[in-house]
This record gives sequence, C-alpha cells and structure tokens, in this order.
Amino acid sequence: MLYSDKVMDHFTNPRNVGEIPDANGVGMVGNAKCGDIMQMFLKIENDVIVDVKFKTFGCGAAIATSSMATELIKGVTVEEALKLTNAAVMEALDGLPPVKVHCSVLAEQAIRAALSDYYRRQGIDPVPIVGEIKEEEEHEMEE
Amino acid sequence: MDKRIIYADNAATTKISEKALAAMLPWYTENFGNPSSIYGRARTARRGIEAARETVAKALGAAKPNEIYFTSGGTESDDWAIKGAAALQTTKKHIVISGIEHHAISETAHSLERFGFEVTELPVDSCGLVSVESLEKAMRPDTFLVSIMLANNEIGTIQPIKELCAVAKAHGALFHTDAVQAVGHIPVNVQELGVDMLSLSSHKFHGPQGVGAMYIRSGVRIANLIDGGGQERRRRSGTENVAAIVGMATALEEQTADWSRLPKLEALRDRLIKGLLEIPYTQQTGHPTRRLPTNASVVINGIEGEGIILGLDNCGIQASSGSACTSGSLDPSHVLLGIGLEHAVAHGSLRLSFGEETTEEDIDYIIASTKQVVERLRSMSPVWDSVNNKPLK
Ligand SMILES: Cc1ncc(COP(=O)(O)O)c(C=O)c1O
Repeated sequence: MLYSDKVMDHFTNPRNVGEIPDANGVGMVGNAKCGDIMQMFLKIENDVIVDVKFKTFGCGAAIATSSMATELIKGVTVEEALKLTNAAVMEALDGLPPVKVHCSVLAEQAIRAALSDYYRRQGIDPVPIVGEIKEEEEHEMEE
Repeated sequence: MDKRIIYADNAATTKISEKALAAMLPWYTENFGNPSSIYGRARTARRGIEAARETVAKALGAAKPNEIYFTSGGTESDDWAIKGAAALQTTKKHIVISGIEHHAISETAHSLERFGFEVTELPVDSCGLVSVESLEKAMRPDTFLVSIMLANNEIGTIQPIKELCAVAKAHGALFHTDAVQAVGHIPVNVQELGVDMLSLSSHKFHGPQGVGAMYIRSGVRIANLIDGGGQERRRRSGTENVAAIVGMATALEEQTADWSRLPKLEALRDRLIKGLLEIPYTQQTGHPTRRLPTNASVVINGIEGEGIILGLDNCGIQASSGSACTSGSLDPSHVLLGIGLEHAVAHGSLRLSFGEETTEEDIDYIIASTKQVVERLRSMSPVWDSVNNKPLK
C-alpha cells in the first residue's frame, strides 16, 4: 500500500489538531469497533468558519484526511464547507489507496456532523440543510 | 536520542545471510545446469540439491534425506499438506486446524468445503494456546488430518505439538505442522515431535525468498499438488530452484548450528516487552514464556496500529500490526480476535520481531520511540483522556 507524500506529511505533521473550548459546532463520527473515530470542532462567526480543530483515532489515512479536511474549510463560509466532498479531500492529498477511501468519507461526515450541531444549537433543524447523518455513523461512547 | 535504523519485522521476512548469498552465486554463474540433464554440469547441480537435502534433513532431525521435498515456500508446503491429504480420502472428510493458523492453512482448509470436506477450528486460550483436551473432543471417526502451527506469526505462541500430535495419531489421523515461524528460530526435531508433515520457509531464517520445504515422513502418502516432469522423486514437479535451495540449506545450517544465542535473545525480548508494558493501558499478546525468542507483541489502548507503524517508521523502526487498517479489511486479525480481544483493543496491535543483530541499545530505542509515538497519537485521539492518561469512557 502506497501513501502519497502529502498523506505522509499530513500524518506526520497534522494541521489543526486539538480542541476548541468555545466551539459552537462539534461532531463526532465513526466507531472504535471499525477503528476510525473523528471529532471536529468548529468556531463559526457570521457564517464563516473562523477556526477548526480535530481529534482522530485511526490509521494514517484517517489522520491525514481529517487534517486536510480542516485545511480546506478553515476561513470559508458554512455554505462552502457544506459543499466539501470526500473526493475533494482525496484530491488534495494526491489520492488514497482504494481501501482507504472510506477515511475521506468519514472526514466529510465529521464536518457535516459538526455543522449539524451548529444548526441545532441555533434551534434550526439541520436535516434539510446538511442532510441526514446516519445514527450509526455517530460515535457511541459506550461502544 | 540519535536516530537509528532498526529492522524489527523479521517475522515478515529476513535479510539473507552473507554466507547463504555467497553460496548461491556459483549456481547461477557456473553450475547452472538443469539437474535433470545428464552431463557433468547438470550432475553437479543434482549433487548440490542432494547435499542441501541432507543438510535440511539433519537440521530437522529427519530419519532420512528423502523425507525432505523442496517447494516454492511456506504457502505451497501448507497447501500441499492439506490438499494432498484430502485428495486421497475416500470416506473421511474432516479436518481439524487451530483458530489462529496462517491463511496459507486456514484458507486452504476452507477451500475444500465446497468439495464436501468439513473443517473444525479449535479455539485458543487468551495466551494463544490450543489445549490437548479441545483437540481430543474435536476428533471424529472421519478426521483424517490435524494441522496446528508450531509457532504463531503474530503473537509468537509456541504450541505443545508433541502432545497434540499424539492425540491425532491415537485417532488415526495425520498430523501436519506449519513450522514456518519456528524453524531456524528454536530447535525443531521432527522425530521428537512425531509429526507426519512439517512446512518451512527459507526467507524466515535468512535464506532467499520463494523457496521452502516440506518434511513428509517415510510411508506417509499424500497426493501431488504440482504435476509435471516428475522432479523431487515424482512428488513435486518443476525444474528445481537450485541456487535458492542451496541458499536455504546454507542459511538453515548456520541458524541451527548453535543455539547458545537463545538466552540473550530471550532477555532482549523480555526487556522489550517489559518496556512496552510501561505504557499505561498496554497488554502483552501471546504467551508470557512459551513464545518465540524474537517476538514481542502487545496491544496498546487508544490508538490504531497503522498509526504506530507509520510513526515508528518515521523513527527508523520497521514493525508491523494486526490492526484492520494494516490487514486490508475492516476486521483486525483473526489471531487477535481468537485470543479474545475486542475489536477496539485489537486495533492497537504492535508486533516487533527483532533479530540476532539487535542490541540492547536498539531495544531501548524502540521502547523510547514507541512511547513517544503512542503519546503523540493518544494526544490526538478523541477517545483518550490525555490529562489523566486513560481511556475516555
Ligand atoms: C506461519 C506462516 N505460515 C506460512 C507462511 C507463508 O510462507 P511463504 O511466505 O514462504 O509462502 C508464513 C509467512 O508469511 C507464516 O508466517
């Protein structure tokens, strides 16, 4: 299995690792049984993502895709962030081995989960905007 | 900490020994004759093979050189033992293997199910041991073959082969052992063990890749796997890989000549395991004492195996893991699940298989590097409480 130099760089020097104490959008997807869990923290002001941080349990690709996803949405509007696809994350990393494509999907889902939380906190139903984040994809601590 | 380069994945493959490599070269450059031809150059090649056969037979304590058959490696030997035994059955249809066999055994055994054969996988205990009682219970009147590995490639556990073999014999079944991880690493004597068949692979003991052997006790009949020109006394066809066979025999002779290195290796192994266990929420996998002298394997809570492997690679250490991400599927290895680990724990597996050239300083460097990598990965993990250094619950 061959990782691109970009994947290795984002694994070795991940960008935006950590937590945002006063985040107003937090989402977690994946589960420990499958070996990948991603948590995203968003700080959104006037519909712009002014800060983003992540925490990930998982393989090299899981860490690299989380890191790249944060880079791609930092400073953009919520509307633009909603358009981020796993394909864009993969492309930005110069590709992923086929067995690791699911990691990029998880990164996209983690951002959507955090945005759902952001809408929910404002009393807005996120489903029409963000779409359904399937229950089983949300991390259960009891797992 | 100065960076070092440490190869700690000898269970995957080993570096060829200088002596083996040197012994191989003349068979390419001078004595390259086809051993089946009749002129002098070919006869030399034939003699090279037969000398290698004697060497391998002696190293395994076989009664006769003719009990050794050269193959393309561990996988072919394993396939041959199982398919060859099955092909001659007329009424018996039951095979017993352990639940932690290498895929070369388990996939092969299960591949026979579509022809009506039945496979029982014996469970192992938390240390990876198969019990004699469980084998006794699994034996049926129609069991024709029991295949249990001598030493496990992931967790290093060494099975009580002699006792297990005696059970199979008492029930009239053949006994095969996959000794790929054991041969060249611990003393193995086929007559003491009592086995009917044994697989070995050259590249696991500093010989070349793509060559191996099977010991088949005189009088044991199995069908051929590879038919053709009738080489290996009509039992395994194909022009012999002379240089590789000689290289394998040279490496095996070197590895089995003197076992005085074992106490030193075991001390290094135990130092490594002890150091790794200083990492909180880490547990050893495999047996504490009945294990390969160069295998240290653990599971580390709160991180995923591939992350550790890549992190260690950045430190110059080459190791491996049985996590899902490294196995290429969504499940961690069947061996780790077989010893009763939960998925979430098994994902944090790390296997270090160091070698004879590894020093105490190397071991300490591996321990320090692993601690560093684990700390970094845990600090990034949403399921780890870095303040209190324990899993979040
Ligand atoms: C226990 C065991 N059996 C069989 C094999 C397969 O041997 P080979 O690589 O020679 O085909 C291996 C090595 O991967 C092994 O560790």
